[in-house]
Amino acid sequence: MKQSFERKIMDILMTGGRIKLICQIAMAFLFIFSAPCLAEQDYIDITNPSLRRIPIAIPLFRIMPQGQVNTQVSRNAPDLCAENLEFTGYFKILDRGAFLENPRESDITGSTTNFRNWTGIGAELLITGGIWINDGTLTMELRLFDTFKSQILLGKKYTAGKDKLKKVMRTFCNEVIYYLTGRQGIFDSDIAFVSTSSGNKEIYLCDFDGQNSRAFTHHKTITLFPAWSSDGKWIAYTSYARGKPDIFIKHLQEKRGFVIQNKGINITPAWVPGQFKLAATLSYEGDQDIYLLTGRGEKIKKLTNQWGIDTSPAWSPDGAKMAFVSNRSGTPQIYIKHINSGRVERLTFQGQYNTQPAWSPRGDKVSYSAREKSGEFNICVVGFDGRGPVRLTYKARDNESPSWSPDGSMIVFSSTREGPSRIYVMTAYGTDQRRLLTLPGQQTNPKWGNMDN
Amino acid sequence: MRRKMCMMLALVFVVTGLMFTASCAKKKIKAEEALLQDTMMPRQTTPRNSEKDRLARQQAIEQERLRQERLRQERERQLRGGRHQASVAPGTMAERRSVMAEDIRFDYDSAALSSMAQDILRQKAEWLRNHPGVSVVIEGHCDERGTNEYNLALGDRRAESAKSFLTHLGISPSRLTTISYGEERPLDPGSNERAWRKNRRAHFVAE
Repeated sequence: MKQSFERKIMDILMTGGRIKLICQIAMAFLFIFSAPCLAEQDYIDITNPSLRRIPIAIPLFRIMPQGQVNTQVSRNAPDLCAENLEFTGYFKILDRGAFLENPRESDITGSTTNFRNWTGIGAELLITGGIWINDGTLTMELRLFDTFKSQILLGKKYTAGKDKLKKVMRTFCNEVIYYLTGRQGIFDSDIAFVSTSSGNKEIYLCDFDGQNSRAFTHHKTITLFPAWSSDGKWIAYTSYARGKPDIFIKHLQEKRGFVIQNKGINITPAWVPGQFKLAATLSYEGDQDIYLLTGRGEKIKKLTNQWGIDTSPAWSPDGAKMAFVSNRSGTPQIYIKHINSGRVERLTFQGQYNTQPAWSPRGDKVSYSAREKSGEFNICVVGFDGRGPVRLTYKARDNESPSWSPDGSMIVFSSTREGPSRIYVMTAYGTDQRRLLTLPGQQTNPKWGNMDN
Repeated sequence: MRRKMCMMLALVFVVTGLMFTASCAKKKIKAEEALLQDTMMPRQTTPRNSEKDRLARQQAIEQERLRQERLRQERERQLRGGRHQASVAPGTMAERRSVMAEDIRFDYDSAALSSMAQDILRQKAEWLRNHPGVSVVIEGHCDERGTNEYNLALGDRRAESAKSFLTHLGISPSRLTTISYGEERPLDPGSNERAWRKNRRAHFVAE
């Protein structure tokens, strides 16, 4: 199992501009002490709804050279690590006050660690860290241990600019999650949403944990329905910037894009996974139907052809099926179209108003918002075969717009439980519901993007 | 020299990159092109209440056509009788405001035109016939209940209902533009039946 690899990666990002050339060494993974690349998935089974939180100890990191400012870093880094891991709902972060050993003073490599000191306080996992600060550069050694097996699970060394501490901790936490669950962590993902902070509905972006929120559009008019391309490079959305609801397709980094502006409505874009194509609702033929379009907005074909409203497409991860909302039965319900055969099946049968489908990244479930008899909206999840609809929110006013995290472990949604509509997250089983961020105005229509690429 | 170093770096990067891909391969979803190349959808067999919606719309239009026919015959009788009516005076701003300002209202989750809505639309059509230079923007709106994606489509449907009714009364579709605001522009910001009733509307702006 424990093979040793030595790897060198120099990732030099060259960002050229007309005036200045910025050359930046972003991060260098120097070597990996042990290489548990084939993750051990027996630690965390994310398909288990009654998941027990694993107690994990993250003591303060060793810092060289010592000093007032550096001491702050030695505290910040393990705190960032703890916050990231706690966000997933998989871990119980143990209180540092109870620790019997201080790896900062003794040993961060684990070679002389008395693991009984950790199992004795209930820790099953331990993370140690060492940071060397040299001018503006951080060199970090981070290790994950199984305290009961007295075994190192993961060891990483990173070199990065001093301002990249957060990024390094996220990268390491992604490795930890990958090792423990077999799925990529979510710590590099972003969430797009609609906020009225500026007085108009505009698209905003934030990090997975609600931090670093920033306005993405500045149309100064109604702007709605953000949708990420599966490579995370493009966002499509609907805006009234040209006087009526059109779809804008924008590259996140480069200043380029396209506009879909047919007569009538151009709404609810949804990218086909792995392709530069999207489905969207258009009404230029007098009926609201879903069309398949290129990323430039050229029509490829009509995907629904029924008199009545067909809207809100949501692709299965393999692109073979599309969930959508239709009122063909008299009330808005969710249907699934099998793209290959053209067959359409109704997915939801309970209640009079089921909309906003979102397909889970593992492909097995569809979440949606359901209107209760009381008039309140709740987030529900149903198997894509229609089995076992489950309500995830309850008696917390209106809960709408579910969207899955890229690993399928969490759902982001909007709720009016505290009055104004805000963005909340929960695990895919409905536990650990909490507010993601607080901004002025109201926030709606969250969409969890894929990892940064 | 620099070039050589760059190449070395690139090589190191590629090789290590490959090692990473080999050992820690991310699962990337390959969209299957073939799966998207289906033919047009076969006719579906789900029950269609929206069929009712369509029938209702057609019925309303047919009734209106018959009514117009009767009115036309009546007018012709009157003309033959020599009682020639003066044509309607060009619209003043006040008149335009009173005729075009009246909204038509809809039931919850419905784009069907009530008989009251049809009466209002007839007045508007009459006025538009007499003012051929005027174009109209028809705005479709919804109440706040429901989700904003669906409501945007429903607002579009409401505006389209009004437009097709006016078109069948002889107003050229080129004079009628629709725009849906869904639940984004409520007339009354309240959260009660009264406000909702007001907000489920088509609004007309003469230009």
